[in-house]
Amino acid sequence: MNEQAHDEARTAPGDPLVQGERLDLAAIRTRLEQARGDGFWRSLDEIADTHEFQEFMRKEFPRQAAPLESSLDRRAFLKLLGASMALAGLSACARPPAPHQQIVPYVRQPEQIVPGRPQFYATAVVTGGYAEGVLAESHQGRPTRVEGNPDHPASLGAAAPTTSATVLSLYDPDRSQAVLERGNGRSWDQLISALRSALEDSSDGSGVALLTETVTSPTLALQLRRLLSAYPALRWHQWDALHADAVVAASRLAFGEDVAPVYDFAAADIVFSLDADFTNRGPGRLRYARDFARRRRVRSADDDMNRLWQVESTPSPTGSVADHRLALAPADVAALAAWVAGELGVAGAPAATLPERVAPTWAQALVDDLREHAGRSLVLAGLDQDPAVHALAHAINDALGNVGATVRYIASPEAQPAVHAQSLAELAEAMHAGAIGTLIVIGANPVYSAPAALRFDAALEHVALSAHLGHGFDETAALATWHAPLAHVLETWGDARAFDGSVTITQPLFAPFYGGRSELELLAGLLGDAQTDPYEIVRAAWEARVEGDFGAFWQRSLFRGVVDGSAAPERSVSLQALDVELPARADLVLHLVPDPSLGDGRHANNGWLQELPRPFTKLTWDNAAIMAPTTAEALGVSKEDRLALTTADGSVTLPVWVQPGQAPGVISAWLGHGRRRAGRVGNGVGVDLAPVRPRAGAVTRVTAAGRERGRHRLATTQPHHNLDGTGERRHIVRAGTLAELRAEPDHPSFVHPFVHHESDIFPPWPYTSYKWGMVIDMTVCTGCNACVTACQSENNIPIVGKQQVLVGREMHWIRVDAYHRGGIDDPDFYHMPMACQHCEQAPCEPVCPVAATVHDHEGLNVMVYNRCVGTRYCANNCPYKVRRFNYLQYAELSTDATELSLANNPDVTVRSRGVMEKCTYCTQRITTARIQAGNEGRRIVDGEVVPACESACPTEAIVFGDLNDEQSRVSEAKRSVLDYALLEELNTQPRTTYLARVGNPHPAVPENGRS
Amino acid sequence: MPTSVNAVETNRVLGPGQTPASIDDTVNTPVLAGLDRTPLWWWIGFAISAALLGLYLVSVVRLVTVGTGIFGNNMPVAWAMPIINFVWWIGIGHAGTLISAALLLFRQPWRTSINRFAEAMTIFAVVCAGLYPILHLGRPWVFYWLLPYPNTFGLFPQFRSPLAWDLFAISAYATVSLVFWYIGLIPDLATLRDSARNRFQKLLYGVLSLGWTGSARGWTRYMRAYLILAALSFPLVLSVHSTIALDFAVSVVPGWNNTIMPPYFVAGAVFAGFAMVLILAIPLRRAFHLRSVITMRHLDNAAKLLLGTGMIVVYGYAIELFMAWYSGVEFEVYMAYNRVFGADHWWAFWLLIACNFVAIQPLWFRRVRQSPLALFVIGVIVSIGMWLERFVIIVVSLTKDFLLSSWFNYVPTFWDWALFIGSFGLFGTLFFAFLRLLPLVATSEMKEMAHHDAQHGSDHFEHIRGEYYGEGGRA
Repeated sequence: MNEQAHDEARTAPGDPLVQGERLDLAAIRTRLEQARGDGFWRSLDEIADTHEFQEFMRKEFPRQAAPLESSLDRRAFLKLLGASMALAGLSACARPPAPHQQIVPYVRQPEQIVPGRPQFYATAVVTGGYAEGVLAESHQGRPTRVEGNPDHPASLGAAAPTTSATVLSLYDPDRSQAVLERGNGRSWDQLISALRSALEDSSDGSGVALLTETVTSPTLALQLRRLLSAYPALRWHQWDALHADAVVAASRLAFGEDVAPVYDFAAADIVFSLDADFTNRGPGRLRYARDFARRRRVRSADDDMNRLWQVESTPSPTGSVADHRLALAPADVAALAAWVAGELGVAGAPAATLPERVAPTWAQALVDDLREHAGRSLVLAGLDQDPAVHALAHAINDALGNVGATVRYIASPEAQPAVHAQSLAELAEAMHAGAIGTLIVIGANPVYSAPAALRFDAALEHVALSAHLGHGFDETAALATWHAPLAHVLETWGDARAFDGSVTITQPLFAPFYGGRSELELLAGLLGDAQTDPYEIVRAAWEARVEGDFGAFWQRSLFRGVVDGSAAPERSVSLQALDVELPARADLVLHLVPDPSLGDGRHANNGWLQELPRPFTKLTWDNAAIMAPTTAEALGVSKEDRLALTTADGSVTLPVWVQPGQAPGVISAWLGHGRRRAGRVGNGVGVDLAPVRPRAGAVTRVTAAGRERGRHRLATTQPHHNLDGTGERRHIVRAGTLAELRAEPDHPSFVHPFVHHESDIFPPWPYTSYKWGMVIDMTVCTGCNACVTACQSENNIPIVGKQQVLVGREMHWIRVDAYHRGGIDDPDFYHMPMACQHCEQAPCEPVCPVAATVHDHEGLNVMVYNRCVGTRYCANNCPYKVRRFNYLQYAELSTDATELSLANNPDVTVRSRGVMEKCTYCTQRITTARIQAGNEGRRIVDGEVVPACESACPTEAIVFGDLNDEQSRVSEAKRSVLDYALLEELNTQPRTTYLARVGNPHPAVPENGRS
Repeated sequence: MPTSVNAVETNRVLGPGQTPASIDDTVNTPVLAGLDRTPLWWWIGFAISAALLGLYLVSVVRLVTVGTGIFGNNMPVAWAMPIINFVWWIGIGHAGTLISAALLLFRQPWRTSINRFAEAMTIFAVVCAGLYPILHLGRPWVFYWLLPYPNTFGLFPQFRSPLAWDLFAISAYATVSLVFWYIGLIPDLATLRDSARNRFQKLLYGVLSLGWTGSARGWTRYMRAYLILAALSFPLVLSVHSTIALDFAVSVVPGWNNTIMPPYFVAGAVFAGFAMVLILAIPLRRAFHLRSVITMRHLDNAAKLLLGTGMIVVYGYAIELFMAWYSGVEFEVYMAYNRVFGADHWWAFWLLIACNFVAIQPLWFRRVRQSPLALFVIGVIVSIGMWLERFVIIVVSLTKDFLLSSWFNYVPTFWDWALFIGSFGLFGTLFFAFLRLLPLVATSEMKEMAHHDAQHGSDHFEHIRGEYYGEGGRA
């Protein structure tokens, strides 16, 4: 280490280390010298924990050390203080240093890096192989937050919950940290040479298999093609537990080639979704959600709306905003698709009768609607549907002339489109047969996620040399002979395609925190390339592809987060004669759905996602057998009973959840639970569904279902959903139809069921600078939870664990209240995002005896944590119940591993136990903007302050801004006749108001879909 | 000890034939007795109380080290057992001051023999009560931020909050009650000093009696001071519980936001206080052979007050439900429905009605009022009922307020019960120490009454009255 530079950095004025006489600088220096490489700044933190340092702290800052003597408070404080020390180490992390290279702390401050001011880098988070562009926020080299990239076609600025939560996974201390051979530490080079020699021994690659997940990365595809040409007998298999196999199969079925459909919801007036949760699942979800929502945004009677017809087996966020939603079993969905195809004159449509649950008037209205809007309609099938349904959807779109208008086809963005279930089954078969001597698994975790029927774990025993490159030491890693840590997407270079083929070159924000390696490095090693640096690999791959000024191309691509003009061109396809067979009906089927938060289980060790209340059920920390009330009645079970389900493949026992709006005869259960080696958070949460997972598809027949002894408590954050009865009379959710709005365009009675006069004996407070406010549009909110996780990440909100959720102490500042109304079979669903309403007459403020919650000069209801003594009176008096109390030292739960605290936003206080907290309208962002605007001598402009929830929202349901600015989006939204204040009769005058939900049901079926 | 006289049940305020000497004998002898003469029941009671106090301390240590989360509170039920217990104890603490101050001002002579221990009960109950609001804070160690003291934060309490009013109401009440009690004790302490049997007693009572000589001038000043303090503390009886009622009435929570809360809480407090007076007086008069000092007349009067205040409280329940319906506000209507028929807590409401309404109805009958056992049982039932009343008001209202999404149930934990049961230990320990060290009856006032009887023929009056109504006649 450079002693000179080190000393200079240390002796900078204001450094607390030098001011104390008792601190042994020499000892610390010795410790610093021992700490090297990527572990460097964690070691600094350890130093901060020495006795001497704590003594020093105690003397220097007695108030901070004194009050609690709880280890966490002191440590949390020390960590904050340690951060100033740590800057030196962090700066080294900002560039990718190899271990044992010389690292140098800042002597002169680098350009652009201003302590306290974050930087944003455009990159992408890869979900199911597909890129969703993000902007990653970095505080002095420490990534703390990931938001959507407005320039990226798959994001447009939105971010799914898993994307926001990825920073927590990044620092997860349970991530794998070392190369291991049967549990013994090895070096990366030893792994590469072991694999190289296996490849060379086979000469042509026979007996060697490679198992990857979905590959869209052009660079990785290039490497794979090189590897396959060097070793032609090498087998490349793919397994992504949630891969859209049906889309690939249907493309081959309908067009005889591998194409991918890309939908244009902006052009669709009528959408008929066959079990497609298109706003929430699949590669284009965020983009589709935005385009779809923009066609639904209603502010006045003059606005127009699209119409969504949705049939689905289990309530989905997309289905919940549908104008006509019908719960149908998967086989009935297929039958309806065939019937509609037949009615529309699709050639070769299989004969089908209308399913029992579909009323003829309903179906006729649907067909009429589609026919009337030919060329402006869109039919799409869900990922869990049979390929036949997808093929029918393609055919219907073709018949309606929608191809080229609302749907276009492109060459599949995947490097090698494949039916993954089939690919994995072939691999497992070959392994069982002893045909595979060497298996290299990249990223995938088949031992956990494969159907148990394939017996992948047993198959692995037949493989002499198996290597696993993964984020964690997971179920597959435990059985493989070799394991190496895989770098996180924020840690290494790479590239990936989005749903429309656009490429993002992903750039790292810092060196691999736990020593992970990129798959590009592994492939380069297998190829025997001299250049194994991912940066050089990616750069070289693009240098070969780009003509002209490469430097400018590189700069621009990285800066924007998307490669210009890389979207795939439309491809003309020709529909083949339809020859499809409809899936058979069954009395009781099990529908395996990816967990709305955890996906296939790869996020199981992420506490934010485990504790994220799933849409509709608001269930956390568990999966369940979700069934309709009629199904539960038929099976003789009720909520929280344990139900054993047997299928042809095996059986599982799940707790029962009764869900209105679920299709009768369909039990839905979430994949991604019951992990055995996910880590300390995710192990043993929920039930693993691998035993009943069918070899292909997501639906399987239940042969036997029986109640088991005992009950299993499910932790839900909202026990009451039904708006009928008292809920109806409370006017919480106000909903009507476009026709009702047009009948009363100036004062729609469904928005204002009663007259309320605001009154106050004091004159209103004059807001002379800014006056912040928010509007939430209930018409487009799908309840997807993007806002919840974004808020959690932005505001350092702790998780509390299942036990604390069970006693009602979850801490989310924003929650999505789920309501339903109407019959239990096909109720209407409503989502109401609920955070602090920042009431002008806030009931919480006058009751606080210590003035810990007060109004500020810009209208915010602010919470002064340091002043709060914890009487909790404010929470009692809050009619919206948005206040959250630290009953225990919850922050400890997410920071007991020091590493996780790195994901904290340094602009937001970490709260200690005993204080109240709540939504601040992201006051730290307002302050940042205010300072910036102040420096530039101007006012904050509209859109400059975007709270985390608004920024993440895929449907732009949340609008925030300055009410003093007549032109602002929020002022405009508040002028809408649909605007109403929740519980306005209490005269709280909330600053957050709601736009009443407007539905657009077909005139022929008005009774259904009063959404 | 003149047990023959004291063993007789009487409806007189003071048993017949009582002299200053006999009163001293009855009251002071057990106080001045040596350790070896301390009765076994005292040791047992004190030991149990001390054990419960231990539980209380363990709970407090756990609370401070782990956090408020050891209780069952959640969102939306941010206030639960600690606040219920607080209101319950402070309610109990009402009877003492009412007896000493209000009845003194209204010249009700029957207060004299029960005021001392009732005041002690008040102070100890206020101690138990006052600790809860501090302990239930998220950060109890900074409770003093509620006090208006000059500080470097430049911050003052937020005086619009009822919790700030609360603090002053309780501390004023505790202070005045303590001073009033102590002033009342001074002549008795001097008596004890004068007949002290050992150095410890001499020192203790000598210091505490503040050099009381019993001079006529002393007495004049004393009586005036006592009366002024009584006049000062009487409004407090009304204000303390009114203020505590405002904690709820000021809020927007359906079930809390009622203007009837203050008077109804005061009535409830007197009701609970007299129930506790009965619970304590009935065993005490037996253990200390005080039947002719705390007579049936006292029990009968207390029972009548119990009945009267109880009916006011029942009227309160009825009005709450009526107003909820009459308001036409959906939230209020549902609150009333949920309170009475709601699936989760209907039992609490009906149990409360059983305890506070049905159980006191026998008090209309003189025979019941004349039965110490029946009164004791009713006192216990009413105490349970009053606890349930606070449970229904505080917890049941919070579980289901405005937004359906935020409805959530409340389940108390082991530590909730530990801190509650432990508080009996705190109360018991203080009370048993009081029984052993101080006279539980105001002997100077009793002597005055005995003297008055002897000089002015109250005996004669009582005799005539007895002939007219019979010895069991109306008191």
